[in-house]
Amino acid sequence: MSAATQNAFAVGLFDMTPPPAGLTAWNAAVPERRYGVYRNNVSSSLTGALASRFPATETIVGPEFFGAMAQAFIRLHPPHSPLLLAYGDDFPDFIADFEPAAELAYLPDVMRLEVARGKAYHAADVTSIDPQALAAVAPARLGSLVFAPHPSLSILSSFHPMVTIWAMNSGHQPLAIIEGWHGEDALIARPAMIVEVVPLAPGGATFFRQLAAGTVLAGAAEAAIRADARFDVTTNLATLLRSGAFTTFSQENTDEDRDHA
Amino acid sequence: MIASTLPRRAGIGFKPEHFVDILAAPQPIGFFEVHAENYMGAGGPPHAQLGRLREDYALSIHGVGLSIGSMQPLDRDHLSRLKTLCDRYQPESFSEHLAWSTHDSVFLNDLLPLPYTEATLAQVVDHVEQVQATLGRQMLLENPATYLLFQESTIEETDFLAEVARRTGCGLLLDVNNVFVAATNHNLDPYDYIARFPLEAVREIHLSGHSETVDDLGAPLLIDSHDTPVKDPVWALYETVIGRIGPIASLVEWDNDVPAWPVLRAEAGAAQDILDAATRQRAA
Repeated sequence: MSAATQNAFAVGLFDMTPPPAGLTAWNAAVPERRYGVYRNNVSSSLTGALASRFPATETIVGPEFFGAMAQAFIRLHPPHSPLLLAYGDDFPDFIADFEPAAELAYLPDVMRLEVARGKAYHAADVTSIDPQALAAVAPARLGSLVFAPHPSLSILSSFHPMVTIWAMNSGHQPLAIIEGWHGEDALIARPAMIVEVVPLAPGGATFFRQLAAGTVLAGAAEAAIRADARFDVTTNLATLLRSGAFTTFSQENTDEDRDHA
Repeated sequence: MIASTLPRRAGIGFKPEHFVDILAAPQPIGFFEVHAENYMGAGGPPHAQLGRLREDYALSIHGVGLSIGSMQPLDRDHLSRLKTLCDRYQPESFSEHLAWSTHDSVFLNDLLPLPYTEATLAQVVDHVEQVQATLGRQMLLENPATYLLFQESTIEETDFLAEVARRTGCGLLLDVNNVFVAATNHNLDPYDYIARFPLEAVREIHLSGHSETVDDLGAPLLIDSHDTPVKDPVWALYETVIGRIGPIASLVEWDNDVPAWPVLRAEAGAAQDILDAATRQRAA
């Protein structure tokens, strides 16, 4: 096969033009429907790959509309790796600008939550912090602790009730009218075999982003209070331990530590 | 080079939804087969499940994304991921397809056909040699289900596969459903295909279901859909193959509209019955 034949075969898979030259069948010179089988396989298998990463999204919009969104995305953003478990990371950004879905302003954030869940599912397996070990730290030293984020950790913020909508469309919560439409933040992590979606209290998203970036606990808490005066350090420390979102902690190397060393 | 050594028994394509059922009791299954690309994440449930299955069963790793039939070079990153996976799980067999799926950098996620010429033969031989050298193991190459032909083809598919096996030392994975599908689609006799096939190189067989449609002229066009039980004419063809070569690793694949575990296990049981009958016949 010349590279040109393969090129024509590949390019035609995304078009609705007649099949490329050089193909044949036992009973027809231009095997239109036969070539169409490959077109359909490519289109339906990639749509299926996206549907398996975005199940709640498909439930929200229905299979037909999801298929249309997927087709539009696949055409402009086909996968560039055989690793389809990572295909569609940029699907939410694409849908944010996808005119026919503009009414569903919350949809891209629900999709980002599904991307984060998929990443967490396949992330490396690392043990989370043992709550007992943290309890053993002297209270005076807590503020200068730094934390290493779990490889599965994502922190998402939304102006929409992203977590509630996701939970209602993934069998985690019954469908109901959402009273008092408000923004929701969430932490996604997989400390063991189950991916956890943990709704965050006010200021929590800032707090955990700062911690994940290597800010000491006291600094992260200060940033969180600046972001939202309702921030409560006790509530968020409980979330930190319960969620398994961090793997280790250590004392930041301050001048004082070095003096004592 | 590590040879392909699957047990000469019936096996099943592993689906995560069956994991709990599989662990509930020892299963009368010779081996499990998984798609390599589903186990290329860093961790999580896929590796936990595969590691657990590996403790009790022989394993076949079956790639669907290497694009061995491509006219462009193999994706070295992907090849290296396959090596990592094979090194980690030490499967009894690694197999891939006589097909291509990547063009430029775009992954098309389908097993696309190639013409059979001296040029494509040389390219496929190069790729198979590269895979075997990288993995340090013999690979099996699977015959494709095809829907159309190329005007430029000059070599019969069976001769093409025989020559790849002869030049590279690879084994062959004979997909009996693909034989039936392709023979029907090209108005050929599947028994004639089997008669021409280099059966001495076969190390594994695949069995699966297909769906039926028609082409532009109303002629039967079968689709390799893996969404139904194995059809009767495919079982009959399989019995003929086993009668010729004796018991051999035989995988039941069911990838879409996946049934409950007992249904799949019964399909593998039907294959095992045919293997057992061949064993008795050979002993007699």
